[in-house]
Amino acid sequence: MHILEGNAVTKHFGGLAAVSDVDFAVDQGEVVGLIGPNGAGKTTLFNLISGALAPESGTIRFQGDRISGLKPHVICRRGLARTFQSVKVFPHLPAHANVQLAALFGRTDRMSVAEANRETVELLEFVGLAGVGAVPAKDLKLPLQKRLEVARALGTKPQMLLLDELMAGLNPTEVAEAMDLVYRIRDRGVTLFLIEHVMKAIMGVCDRIIVLHHGQKIAEGTPQEIATSRTVVEVYLGE
Amino acid sequence: MRTRGTTPKSLVGPVLVVLALALLASLTFYASAYTVIFVTSILMYVVLAVSWAMFSGPTGYISLAPAAFFGVGIYTAAVLGLKLPLALVILLAGVGSFCLALLIGALTLRLRGIYFVIFTVGLVELIKNLVLWYEVTFTGTRGRFVIPVDNNTVYYVMLTILVLLLLTAYLIRRSRFGLALQSIGEDEQAAAHVGVNVNPLKTTVFAVSAVFMGAAGAIMATRWSYVDPYIAFNPLFSFMAVLMAIFGGLGRFYGPILGAVIIAYLEETLITRFPYHYMLIFGLVLVATIVYLPGGLVALAPKLRSWTARLRRAHPGG
Repeated sequence: MHILEGNAVTKHFGGLAAVSDVDFAVDQGEVVGLIGPNGAGKTTLFNLISGALAPESGTIRFQGDRISGLKPHVICRRGLARTFQSVKVFPHLPAHANVQLAALFGRTDRMSVAEANRETVELLEFVGLAGVGAVPAKDLKLPLQKRLEVARALGTKPQMLLLDELMAGLNPTEVAEAMDLVYRIRDRGVTLFLIEHVMKAIMGVCDRIIVLHHGQKIAEGTPQEIATSRTVVEVYLGE
Repeated sequence: MRTRGTTPKSLVGPVLVVLALALLASLTFYASAYTVIFVTSILMYVVLAVSWAMFSGPTGYISLAPAAFFGVGIYTAAVLGLKLPLALVILLAGVGSFCLALLIGALTLRLRGIYFVIFTVGLVELIKNLVLWYEVTFTGTRGRFVIPVDNNTVYYVMLTILVLLLLTAYLIRRSRFGLALQSIGEDEQAAAHVGVNVNPLKTTVFAVSAVFMGAAGAIMATRWSYVDPYIAFNPLFSFMAVLMAIFGGLGRFYGPILGAVIIAYLEETLITRFPYHYMLIFGLVLVATIVYLPGGLVALAPKLRSWTARLRRAHPGG
């Protein structure tokens, strides 16, 4: 069954079609990658899914219900969380409070502060941030801030998580750790949709890949199919 | 939200609060009439600064609308003061400011940064001129007389407003909504994406903060006995509230209180002692604070602690 489904999703910025008539679907439990050259419309598509933007036409459905046009906090509470390409932690709040806020506000079941605290400690440990809970988010190094953002998103107890360039700016060791984190999130039963530029990572972790170019979907398939697709190679390397 | 054990150090705050409240509550029994009036006006500034900081501190939305809500309170007292009992007038002033703030908030809290600031400045002007137009067109006069109330009553009403305000501000700050307000100030988009319903939350707290400004305006009007739109909607009340809160420091709960008490006290003493140089001295103090203590007076505390620690290390046993 499709957990997330988009039909003919379209968004323009001025005269530019950022996302144009795109159909996509993600199945329960899948890890799906979204790739494409810079400016292909990947982040715009994520913004449309998470409610940061509303599509001009087309519909997006999550667990069978239409979510396009809903506000971000509503979509989040329905179980669809995200991280941001340019890290958006709450810089002056301690790491713990970053995650605790998500546990307190991102769910439909209202948690007590004590429960949220327990959950937060567990999640910080899960992403490898045990022991830095009291540190203001801005004082963490970039890879740790990215992990904090993941923990915060998980704090809302999502069924599905959108990861926008989790691995950008990381060194090879950190990329390997991030890939491991992606597997562990999947093993928690969270469906993943991720934008990534690090090819080795995306080919390794994804069950299926969708390719965007100039706002349109130009290819879709297994990592193997995408790696050997003529269209995709042309888009990336030029004709 | 924070949990701390009961140590002697953690008792210092509550003991100080109780002591200060006892001193303030019995003020009319030992202080001169002048002191009571003086303290009333200090309390008025504390109310304005704390209620401003309650919303603008965590969210970073710099509102210059306190004068509008304060003025609505003043006019509520001017219009209804003769017809209704004092307690009801003050309550209605709070409700009136609450409703106005709710409307303004719903319309404008989508604006960010400088646009929001400019809107709030414009709002004060707009209401001032609306009231002026109404008075000149329909009542044929510019100002109104407000039925006076004795100084001690004014003082105790203001003290009650302040205590209720401090209680409200403290509870909001400690609650999950306090954390959510802070997250809005840090990154509003991220806050929305982890489930914070940002617009209603901002609007509600903005409106709650206006309640106290309106109530303070209503009781002050009874002391001034004559008001007109230029007195009631004087933008200086907005600027003073912001200035005092920032001077004291937004990082701590007691920052705006400290700032308001010190500036209000300085203003009064400087005016009486140095009537010609008062603005000059006042300006210098403010400039020095902003330049050397951008975090406000509360930023002094950690500095002082490290100085004394260094001194103790330099003179062991001293």
